[in-house]
Amino acid sequence: MSVKLTNRQVGDVSVVDVAGRITLGEGSSALRDCMRDMIAKSQRKILLNLSEVTYIDSSGIGELVSGFTTVTNAGGQLKLLGLTKRVKDLLQITKLYTVFDVHEEEAHAIRSFT
Amino acid sequence: MGENTGGGTRTVHEILDSSLDSVDHAEQVAMDLAQESGFEEEDLHKIGMSVRECMVNAVVHGNRYNAQKKVDFSISLANGRYTIRIADQGDGFELSDLPDPLAEENLLRHSGRGIFLVRAFMDDFQVRRISPSGTEVILVKNVVAPA
Repeated sequence: MSVKLTNRQVGDVSVVDVAGRITLGEGSSALRDCMRDMIAKSQRKILLNLSEVTYIDSSGIGELVSGFTTVTNAGGQLKLLGLTKRVKDLLQITKLYTVFDVHEEEAHAIRSFT
Repeated sequence: MGENTGGGTRTVHEILDSSLDSVDHAEQVAMDLAQESGFEEEDLHKIGMSVRECMVNAVVHGNRYNAQKKVDFSISLANGRYTIRIADQGDGFELSDLPDPLAEENLLRHSGRGIFLVRAFMDDFQVRRISPSGTEVILVKNVVAPA
């Protein structure tokens, strides 16, 4: 398995459970398509649950950034939930950790959307 | 593929197609040999990801998926240095031309973080143009002897 994306709705927040590898090719393409699909459906409150992401490369990081800017430019919010240590470390050394609104608990993340 | 595990040195040498399958393959080979060489989990991840990033550069940006162009991939373990060489047949690039991914104006760029991560993860990283065309990158991770 490269990556598995599962969408669910919690109130007005679209939660995407991401599992597996987000790397150049199938993984990053699937995430990009998912984000575009949600924007096309006017979903503006998006929470990416990355707790089951086992691996992410620079292309995957690029997709997260691209999704963030796309959603933000559309007037929405994209937040991250449940970063593994490796993903957190990558976001920190690339100075992206402070760009994203990152949460550890889903309920807290859901409530943070305005 | 050639492999020599005698005398405390190990070498691997492969000529790979310009495909994403080659990226996955090279990453796995590098991690497998690194594991056999005694690297711990965290360093295995850093080595694997560095190889992945450089292989992507070679396949995608260097050879541009051209089936006629190959990637020369080799690993050697000698004198406490785990050295990986990846050479493509593309047009080459200058390190100095790469934008700083940590600069405020570049933080939200979609790409441009691969080489930065490799530099952060490996103990030594060198890039040079090769003749008649292409780019060679050398990645080194020092083997730390058990305490």
